[in-house]
Amino acid sequence: MNIELRDPNVIMKLSRLGSFHQSKLSFLRSFLNEFKDWDYSRDLFNLDPKGFGEAVYSFKKENRVYSLVCFANKINDDERSDRVIATKWDAAFTLHDGVPTKEDIKRLKNEVPKQEVGRLSFKELTLSRANKSVRVFNHVVENLSEGKQPDLELLTKVGYLYRTTAVYGSGKFGLADRFRIKNRKEINGPFRLEMMLVYLVRQFTFDQVNHVAHHKNPKKAVKLDKQICKNLGIGNSTGLGMAPFIVNHPTLLNNWILTRETALKKIREIKHVKNEDSKLFKDCIKKSVTNITSWSTDSEYQQNKIKSLLKNVEKFINYIENDFDFKTDYAFNEIYLWLDKNVCEECIEYVVSIMMEPYSDITNPLVSNMSSEEDKYFNIPTNRTVNELKSIIEKKYPNILEINFSQKENNQNFWFISKNKEEPRLADRFEEHGSELEQPLAIARDIKKLYEKLLLSSGDLNIAEFLSSNSDLRHVVRRAFIVENFPYSEIQDNTIGKNIVPIDMLRLKLSFFGALKFDPRSDKWLRICMFQGAPLPSELKNYDEQWVYKSNMQ
Amino acid sequence: MRSLSEIETATKRATRAVGFSWGNSEEVGKCIRLLELFGLPGIQNLNQYYKDRAQNKFENLNLIKEKNEPVSDVFCPITLGVSFLDQIRSLEHYKKIEFHKIGYPLIFVSFLSRASEIIGKKILIKFDQNEILFNLNVNIQSSLFNKDFPLIANNVEIMFVDNQDNFTELEWNSLYKLAEDTFVEESESLKKGGAGAGLTDND
Repeated sequence: MNIELRDPNVIMKLSRLGSFHQSKLSFLRSFLNEFKDWDYSRDLFNLDPKGFGEAVYSFKKENRVYSLVCFANKINDDERSDRVIATKWDAAFTLHDGVPTKEDIKRLKNEVPKQEVGRLSFKELTLSRANKSVRVFNHVVENLSEGKQPDLELLTKVGYLYRTTAVYGSGKFGLADRFRIKNRKEINGPFRLEMMLVYLVRQFTFDQVNHVAHHKNPKKAVKLDKQICKNLGIGNSTGLGMAPFIVNHPTLLNNWILTRETALKKIREIKHVKNEDSKLFKDCIKKSVTNITSWSTDSEYQQNKIKSLLKNVEKFINYIENDFDFKTDYAFNEIYLWLDKNVCEECIEYVVSIMMEPYSDITNPLVSNMSSEEDKYFNIPTNRTVNELKSIIEKKYPNILEINFSQKENNQNFWFISKNKEEPRLADRFEEHGSELEQPLAIARDIKKLYEKLLLSSGDLNIAEFLSSNSDLRHVVRRAFIVENFPYSEIQDNTIGKNIVPIDMLRLKLSFFGALKFDPRSDKWLRICMFQGAPLPSELKNYDEQWVYKSNMQ
Repeated sequence: MRSLSEIETATKRATRAVGFSWGNSEEVGKCIRLLELFGLPGIQNLNQYYKDRAQNKFENLNLIKEKNEPVSDVFCPITLGVSFLDQIRSLEHYKKIEFHKIGYPLIFVSFLSRASEIIGKKILIKFDQNEILFNLNVNIQSSLFNKDFPLIANNVEIMFVDNQDNFTELEWNSLYKLAEDTFVEESESLKKGGAGAGLTDND
């Protein structure tokens, strides 16, 4: 049986992309899989009794070493902010390529805590900073120093000791350009080193909290229970800075989504589902309910989504327990067709992610397809004709062509870069100043404009001639030729409309990172948790791959 | 040291800020990144050009012919470069393309390097006693390395170099003869059994 890949005009709508969940293809899970047989060690731990100082953690294999260099600093409560405008953080980190020398650490100590205004070198690969969840950190210190484990209810509700507020890579602030490392075989998936940084930071937070508690009361203090550590992750606060990334990297976006769609297609094409595979799938679905019921948010929007997801997942569990037989040929295809008719789109994507759990043989080889040599697709094929470009747009952007951009609500917002922090922002074009400096992120509007121009041009004209008098449309001409070969490279929605929910764009990217417990704080930023339930570094050599569904502090 | 990614992003934004379209700005970002990667002073020339552009007029050439003369000023290296890149498939049929007065030729030549990769041929540019050879965007050979690039190239000739060997047949044969010294002379028995295949194909 040949199952078609799902239609990009359905999958690439923002509401659908904003319903994606983590899966085996997510970068933090593929990172753990890649580095599970590397040697982990804590190479330096030079903190004062209050927990301030330096630490170094590393992963080593053969001649390759990656070292996380951590700097924990004292800051005042009024200086602690998750906003990107902050200038001080509880801790700052960089992932160094190799073993840092004393001189390196001295240099980094001067630069890393400054973050965006510091300068890194090609020897550094990623950069980040994090703030304590003060309430949780202090609570854990208090309890451990008194010889007690902390309140699990509080820990479950928050899920982490520290929140990162940005993780930078790929040449930012002097960090190594991606081309320097992309051919290393362990870097065969996107954001590998960003994931490594966050994973090692998580271990640092446990070591720091134990260290502070011990120095507070050396005679009585106990260490944070390993099972509790395992079920704490690293929080992350994410704002709009992340949203344009998926617009600016079309072939990369395509490769993420295409890989997921290919995995789904292959699973739907399995004729006989083995008993152990259906059992594992059902087990993951049932256990995953805890992830939904422990998902805490004050956002009414997200609470409604969670309620609807829970109701739909329960309906699905009832279906597979009582009305479905996995001995049916092409069982996962039957399941997919049932989902498509009976549940909400968030539940469809939730179950699609879990369908991958039994099939490492399908997902593991696909992971290496998730990167992209973007420069290869940059040049515009200017020998093609206006007729060809018109036909591509008609085929690939049918819904976009129906949008009327002369209506105010379809043209309400504009994306810009803030001068203060050099970060992307979204604003109302009719209320705020600055729309003349709009970023080229209104792809739907510009594609429509291009199409209207093409209708007025001679069909035989080649693109070189067309561009000679339409240079303002060059950025979308490039994209249209990309989408011809990369069907999932474009968001099939209006990114400047009145009703845009920007966090849908963030959720898409974060789901590929492997984030859990999306907690929108507004329609423009959210908090998430990463690595909650993940094996500790000391457990990596032999861990349960389905850890994500088995998070439990008790 | 600035990373290439920082160079590309800052160049793209600066180019947009001086009035080029976003699409053209993306092209300039790639080109300046390339120049800096090859150790050529792209940022320096671009900065100087944008300052100069604010004071002086540069002419846009959108459709390139075999011989190209500006009407009154010098050619803008960016518009000319983008046009050259876009029209390379038709331009490669000319034996030689001539330009008179191109401003900031270093910026223009970065587009030639990319064009060389697109057509899979080396491109040679000669201007005012200078020569630069673009080798499929893999490297740039220039007599101007470590010297200041001129601000105007007055008489410019561009030629497409057909793919051909850089050595004579005699030189090749001499080298190949040496390579043969790694081969084993086959005895009769080796001829029969060494290759593994059957001795006849009449089956």
